[in-house]
Amino acid sequence: MVLAFKRETFRDDYTFRNSPEAVRRFPFPFDADTYMYSVNIEPHVAGRKGSVFEHPIDIDEHYVSEMRDRALVLKNDPLRCQTLPHMDLAGWDLVELLMVSMSEAYPEHFLLERNGNDWHWVNRPLGIDDRFTFGVTSTLPYGPMEYITRQCQGDFCLLDQRDGNLWVDAGMVTTQADWSMDFDLGMNFFEWHAPVPLAHEKGVFERALKFLMQLRQGHPVRRFNWTMSSTPRLDTSPENYHKWGYERALITPENVSERLHLRVELQALWRLPRSNAVVFSIRCYLASMNDIVSVPKWGRRLHRVLRDVHPALAEYKGLTRYRQTAVDFLSKYDDGQETSPGIWPD
Amino acid sequence: MSRSAPIAVVVTAVEHVAQDIKRFSMQRADGQSLPHFSPGSHVTVEMPVPGGHKRNPYSLMGPLDDPHTYQISVLRVLQSRGGSQFMHDAVNVGDQLQISEPFNLFQPESIARRHILIAGGIGITPFMAMTQRFAAATIRFELHYAVRSRSRAAYADVLSAQIGSHVHFYCDDEGDVLDVRKILSGQPLGTHLYVCGPEGMIDAVLNAAREEGWPEEYLHCERFTAAPSGEPFDVRLVRSNLTVHVPANQTVLEAVEQAGVDAPCLCRGGACGQCETAIISHDGALIHNDHYLSDDDKASGEKIMICVSRLAAGTLTLDL
Ligand code: FES
Repeated sequence: MVLAFKRETFRDDYTFRNSPEAVRRFPFPFDADTYMYSVNIEPHVAGRKGSVFEHPIDIDEHYVSEMRDRALVLKNDPLRCQTLPHMDLAGWDLVELLMVSMSEAYPEHFLLERNGNDWHWVNRPLGIDDRFTFGVTSTLPYGPMEYITRQCQGDFCLLDQRDGNLWVDAGMVTTQADWSMDFDLGMNFFEWHAPVPLAHEKGVFERALKFLMQLRQGHPVRRFNWTMSSTPRLDTSPENYHKWGYERALITPENVSERLHLRVELQALWRLPRSNAVVFSIRCYLASMNDIVSVPKWGRRLHRVLRDVHPALAEYKGLTRYRQTAVDFLSKYDDGQETSPGIWPD
Repeated sequence: MSRSAPIAVVVTAVEHVAQDIKRFSMQRADGQSLPHFSPGSHVTVEMPVPGGHKRNPYSLMGPLDDPHTYQISVLRVLQSRGGSQFMHDAVNVGDQLQISEPFNLFQPESIARRHILIAGGIGITPFMAMTQRFAAATIRFELHYAVRSRSRAAYADVLSAQIGSHVHFYCDDEGDVLDVRKILSGQPLGTHLYVCGPEGMIDAVLNAAREEGWPEEYLHCERFTAAPSGEPFDVRLVRSNLTVHVPANQTVLEAVEQAGVDAPCLCRGGACGQCETAIISHDGALIHNDHYLSDDDKASGEKIMICVSRLAAGTLTLDL
């Protein structure tokens, strides 16, 4: 499939928009009219054609602009990509995972030629054509993880397994949602990315850890998370709160349809072969309220979900400021009809 | 997702590398490359032994730089359930086997300042890949390799040739004794210790290290506990609504797998904890062979590690 990449911004003038096709493939996260928190992990296997699950690594029309936004974040704050020295091999594992997946899924846009350790990578959308020696970091312009994640949508962390736990020892984090903690190199994965608000319930860590320890190469898993965002800003990191936090208060009945976005994160976990490290990827999808109500089923359902969401959860997800405005807007699109099961448009 | 799809491989070489030890090289039957693996990984080899399939875990020795070949070593064990004898007597070049994808339960700590590897006999196998990786990445390590006699010292020549300055050999029958305390003394802070070999040796090494004040996080072992055979008995699987016969030479895990039930497991050696199963009832004595459950757990009769433990006779009813 040949993608037409858009030129748009995720900051300042916010020219980000979804095409009608992008709306149809948006991973709407609610499969029923009420939302209950659950860990909902499932195998990350190929899904419906054209959907965001069709390929293990999804590239879409926002690719080029998202990569430009990432470069801007890194320019201002190079520490958003960090790698501890012992994660170099895991970084190369990630290079392989992403290059193989991207070139197999989108041969029109990405080309990978391998001859032993002599690799040739062509990224047409970003105008990159590089030859390098696999495993030799000095043959790349950046470290392996930074090199490839500057070319792939989504945040990525590499987790080292030791001492019976997983440690976030490398990361490219430029699009994290506001509910997550500061990205801190070397921290325990569960401290950083606990499935809050259930996180502190007894046994959740142990079960999640046991599950992740048995993650096998070739058998990635995924789960979804969702929140809302008062702009299509990708970089809503806590350290930049002063730059975007006030925008929450700017949602009005007049602009809610355009400005307020449902933000869905597709999180996936892979075991890497050479390093035995685990990749944690967080891919963000945005849809405005206008996008949502263009699919009648989603408009009805999001109205019901937001109307009935537990106040503690709304607080935790930072929805409180604009929830009522959103519910009022969405109520106009809820005629009370039943919705069909599942997430797909009718 | 506990049991992945097996990989069909063809045996491309069988070499007698030491007394009672054979090395098997294998490649994918479809000619594709095999998954890369990290040092410390094992694969499970499925053996179509008459009287019930067996699955034994074997460490991947290497080579780390050839994605087409896996090598494992098998020690012939006489009082075993027949898996190693099958490998020795019935598997030849050109034969097909099914193996699992690699899985690592013995990963060297990435942030260690230095690694001390202690191998006893066939316990050398996981260290073959580890030492390759360490040497290539100039990571500091030393290998102590103890054998009963020179004739059993598999790969001593390769090790001497490739990493000789890091290796110390000990031959029991020549009076060389591996002195754990001496090895441990004066090691820099941040040194990790790994031991693989016979049961008694592992315990002796770990206990000596503990007595020297080494914290648990710095101690690692891989136990090559071959699941013992026993008397035949029956297992009733309540959730699957099945009754499965466990012959003398099969484990509960192998028997339920053969019956088509996918039970979680990783190590098949009673160490990792994945196959812990709740017992609903049992009318014979439990024989716990694992290293995972606490003594209290074992005494309670409520849990069993089905990869190695069994019933003396009768019927075991499991929540599976
Ligand atoms: S599979 Fe590891 S303890 Fe049974």
